Amino acid sequence: MSLLLQEKVKMLNRRATETRKLILETIHHAGAGHVGGPLSAVDVLVSLYFEEMNINPEDPRGVDRDRFVLSKGHSAIALYTVLAQRGYFPIDELKTFDEIDSRLQGHPDMKILPGVDMSTGSLGQGISAAVGIALGGKLCKKTFRTYCMIGDGESQEGQVWEAADVASKYQLDNLVVIMDHNKLQQYGWAGTVTERENPAFSPEKRWEAFGWNVISLDGHDIEQIIKGFEEAKQIKGKPTIIISNTIKGKGVSFMENSYSWHARVPNDKELEAAIKEIEMGV
Amino acid sequence: MTSLKTVEKVAMRDVFGETLLKLSFDDPRVFALDGDLATSTKVDRIAEKNAPKFLQMGIAEQNMMSVAAGLATTGLQPWATTFAAFLSKRSIDQIQVQIAQPNLDVKMVGAYSGLLTGLTGKTHQALEDIAIFRSLANMVVLAPADGVETRKMMEFANNHYGPVYIRLARDPLPVVFSEDYKFELGKAIKVREGKDVTIISTGTQTGRSLEAAEQLAEEGIEAAVLHMPSIKPLDKEAIIKAADETGAIVTSEEHSIYGGLGSAVAEVLVEENPVPMLRVGVKDRNSESGPNEALLQKYEISIDHIAARVKEVLKKK
Repeated sequence: MSLLLQEKVKMLNRRATETRKLILETIHHAGAGHVGGPLSAVDVLVSLYFEEMNINPEDPRGVDRDRFVLSKGHSAIALYTVLAQRGYFPIDELKTFDEIDSRLQGHPDMKILPGVDMSTGSLGQGISAAVGIALGGKLCKKTFRTYCMIGDGESQEGQVWEAADVASKYQLDNLVVIMDHNKLQQYGWAGTVTERENPAFSPEKRWEAFGWNVISLDGHDIEQIIKGFEEAKQIKGKPTIIISNTIKGKGVSFMENSYSWHARVPNDKELEAAIKEIEMGV
Repeated sequence: MTSLKTVEKVAMRDVFGETLLKLSFDDPRVFALDGDLATSTKVDRIAEKNAPKFLQMGIAEQNMMSVAAGLATTGLQPWATTFAAFLSKRSIDQIQVQIAQPNLDVKMVGAYSGLLTGLTGKTHQALEDIAIFRSLANMVVLAPADGVETRKMMEFANNHYGPVYIRLARDPLPVVFSEDYKFELGKAIKVREGKDVTIISTGTQTGRSLEAAEQLAEEGIEAAVLHMPSIKPLDKEAIIKAADETGAIVTSEEHSIYGGLGSAVAEVLVEENPVPMLRVGVKDRNSESGPNEALLQKYEISIDHIAARVKEVLKKK
C-alpha cells in the first residue's frame, strides 16, 4: 500500500467510526429507526462520499456530478450521517430525524434534502432509477458515474432483476451497484446455516448470469472497497456489481449478526456500551 | 363549439404515434419508452423513424417506470407507454414513490384504456385507472375525446413540467374537435348546448354522449354536453355552473362508477351545489372479452344507456 493510500484509508476509517457513533446517537435520540443495515453499509458509503465520488456539496444538483441512489432506503440514517459530515447540511440537523417538518424523512426524499439523488423506500425501485440515471448520462453524453446500494434481502424483489437485465442490455459501464451483503433481513428465513440467514446463495453467480461484471470484496475493508471502485472503472461494455460482504450491526458486538437489531432502538446503557466498542474498534 | 356531424373516424393511438414521433424530432429531451407493446400502442413509429429516441424496456413495467424517473433526473423527458391496465395497476407504486411524489417530468400514456380493448377481456381492460391516478398528489390526469384532442394534449404535456397521465383508446372514434381546438389544463369544454340537463363526460364517452344528446333532442329533451378532458385538475366552476343552469347532471365515462369522473363530479356537487345526479359507468363487476357494441350494451355505457339515465335524472328534478 502506498503511503498516500495508507493515509486515505486511515482517514476513511476514522470517518467510518464517527459515522457509526452518529448513527446510534441519532437513532437513540429519535427513539426510532434502523440500526443493523446502516451499520453494515457505513464503510462503503464513507468511501463513496469521502473518496470515490465526484461531488460538490455547494452544488448538490450540478449536472456533471456523480450520483448515488440508496435503493435500500430504510438505511437512510447511514446516508444522512454521511451527507451531514460531507457538508450537505448541518450535523446538528440529524437531531430532527423522524420529526415533523424534518428534511430527514424516514426514507430519503430527493425533493427536500440536498444530496439525495433519488427518493427511495419501496424496495427494488432504487436500482431501476439508477439504471435510468446511468442511461440518461449516456444519452446526454455525460461522463458522470452512477452508484447505487441495494440490500441482499431487497434482491428478493423481482424488480431488481428487471433492472439487472436492462442495465446489461444497454451496456451501462457507467453504473456500479453495491450489494450490501449482510446476510440478514428484518425477520428472514428459519432453518438456515446461521441465525435466520438470507438464502441468497452465490449472488456472484446470479449477477454474472445477467451479464454483469462481478467484484466480491470485504465491505468493511476500505482499501478493498477503494480498489473495487477503481477496478470497476476499467470495465467497458457492462455494468459492475460489487458484492460487499458485510456484517449486519458491524462495530458493536451485541448487535452484530443479529436480525433482532434490524430496527431496534438502543437504550441509554446499550448506547453507552456500543459507543465504547465503536471507539475501541472491535 | 363543434357537434358530431362528421362521420370521420380516427384512432387515438395512430395520432399518438405520429405526434410522439414529431416531438421526438423537435425536442431533444423527448424519449419513448416501450414495455414491448409498440405495435399495439403505435410507439413503433419512433422505433422505425427515429430509432435513437426509442428505448425498449422489455416486458417489465415496474422497472420501466423507475427507469423513467431516473432518466427524468438527468433532464430528459421520458414518455412511458404501455396498456393502461398495466400502467395503472402493475407499476403504480413505482409511479407514486419515484414519479408523483418527487414531481418528476415523466409522461405516462395508458393505451387501450376502458372497456374496448380489442377482444382481450378483463385482464387488459382499464376501468380503474382514473380512480388510481387521480388519487396521487402532483398527478395530472387527462382523457381526450378524439385524435385532435390527443395531439393537443400531448403538445401541452410536452411543455408542462411534471407527471402527466394520458388515457387513450384503441379503436377509431368519431372526430369531435376541429383543428383550431385549444386544450387548456383544468378547463371543461361545452360541446353541446342544452337547458334541461347536462351530461358531463370524458374521453371516449364524449362522442357517445353527443349522440345520446342528439337522440334525446328528437324526443324534445335538450341535453347539454360538457366534455371534461382534464379530470385532474378538475374544472369545478364549470360543474357548479352546469348544475345552476340545467339543474340535473349525468356523468358518463368508460370507467368504473367508483372513483372516476362520476365520483369527482359528485364530490364537487355535494360540497358546492347539490342537484340531482346519476352516473353512467361500469358497475361493480368484472368485465369480459367481446365485440365493442356488445360490451357497451352489456356493461351499460352505450348511447342508449346514457339517454336512459338522462330521462331518469329528469324525473328527480
